[in-house]
Amino acid sequence: MLEHLPRLLKATKLTIQLTLLSLFFGIFVGVFFAILRTSKNKILYYTSYYYSYILRGTPLLVQIFIIYFGLGQVEWIRESFLWIFLKEPYSCAILAFTLNTGAYSSEIFRSAFETINRGIVEAAEGLGINKMHTFLKIKLPIAIRQSLPAYGNEMILMLKGTSLASTVTLLDLTGVAKHIISTTFRPVEVFIVAGSIYLLMTFIIHNFIKFLEKRYNYN
Amino acid sequence: MGLLAYGDTGWGDELFFATLMTIAVAATAIFIGFFLAAIFATFKLSKNRLLNLIGSFYTTVFRGVPELLVIYLFFFGGSGAVMYVAKIFGYNGYIEVNAFLTGAFSIGIISGAYSTEVFRGAIQSIHKGQFEASEVLGFKKKIYYYKIIIPQMLRLALPNISNVWQITLKDTSLISVTGLVEIMRQSYIAAGSTRDPLFFYSFAAVLYLFLTFLSMKLFNKLEKQYSRGY
Repeated sequence: MLEHLPRLLKATKLTIQLTLLSLFFGIFVGVFFAILRTSKNKILYYTSYYYSYILRGTPLLVQIFIIYFGLGQVEWIRESFLWIFLKEPYSCAILAFTLNTGAYSSEIFRSAFETINRGIVEAAEGLGINKMHTFLKIKLPIAIRQSLPAYGNEMILMLKGTSLASTVTLLDLTGVAKHIISTTFRPVEVFIVAGSIYLLMTFIIHNFIKFLEKRYNYN
Repeated sequence: MGLLAYGDTGWGDELFFATLMTIAVAATAIFIGFFLAAIFATFKLSKNRLLNLIGSFYTTVFRGVPELLVIYLFFFGGSGAVMYVAKIFGYNGYIEVNAFLTGAFSIGIISGAYSTEVFRGAIQSIHKGQFEASEVLGFKKKIYYYKIIIPQMLRLALPNISNVWQITLKDTSLISVTGLVEIMRQSYIAAGSTRDPLFFYSFAAVLYLFLTFLSMKLFNKLEKQYSRGY
């Protein structure tokens, strides 16, 4: 088993990369749709509502398959510059994860925005702070603090979600683990090693969020 | 729409039965999960340190490790484990474990880890007085758990059980890697033979949406029924 450890560790790097990139892009998607959800415009509101409804109501596996296998079928996509990205499993996986985590985070951010005390916003208005500044300097920091615990869970779910990258030929931690299992027929040992690596990462995320929660506790 | 025709010319009937398969696996899995959760939630709530540790170990591992990895463990390790047990009883042949059982068990164990937390939380949120009153009234532990604690607990747990069901339903798509013909696998086969993956995977997405929508309605109804009188 030990001789396979370097391969698993190398694959862990890809897993971390996929997780971090998807979470990073996912935050923007999440904030974007959370803002749409607070809009009074019906079209914007329902766009955001159905976006999150559809992406949270279907398995991630379907989403990644539609993007990786499905989009290549559409002619104008194949002829456009997008094809440079969409023919690669790596960018397809990141796109699928980003859209997926974006939907879940948009719900988290939305409920965080909703819990902001109205008095704070009114005070900002009364002080003559413009809308942009109110959003960036007042609402956003409060919302971020509010959504930390739920977002921590989402980070862990995303970490586990990246294992699906192995279904589109990427050799992430799960992909390599599967490969080693099918060549050595030692499922239990491989599961223990790969599982421990995942648990270690979950543990780090968990404690990182706890640290942030303490750091930005304003009560 | 010719692709979805019922019968030999289209994939309608195949996808219909695949949808039934998805429901069957998910239902089996969540019941296996409930069974495990009943055991491990008791462990987690017990005063015995060792049992506590076992309970926490179970929920930490199966909620922290990707579902796909667990499925591979059971898929590749399942028949090995069964054959090992069979050897003790003197049978040395090859045994292949059914894909349905492998899938239902692996998803069930994961679903059980989530249910454990749900059950534990629900029992803990029942007022201590209820337990004390039952004891004072002279109910046996078994009786008051069945007649007093669990009915109240179910009401509190229902919204979270609904969440676990949705997770379980979506997780069954991962069993397709073992070859069990549920929605995802059937779409994969159809997409391969018609070269129309976009259509079939989108249709699979619609099927899942339909299932999640239906179960949401059902759970809302149940919740209403269980909260009569509150």
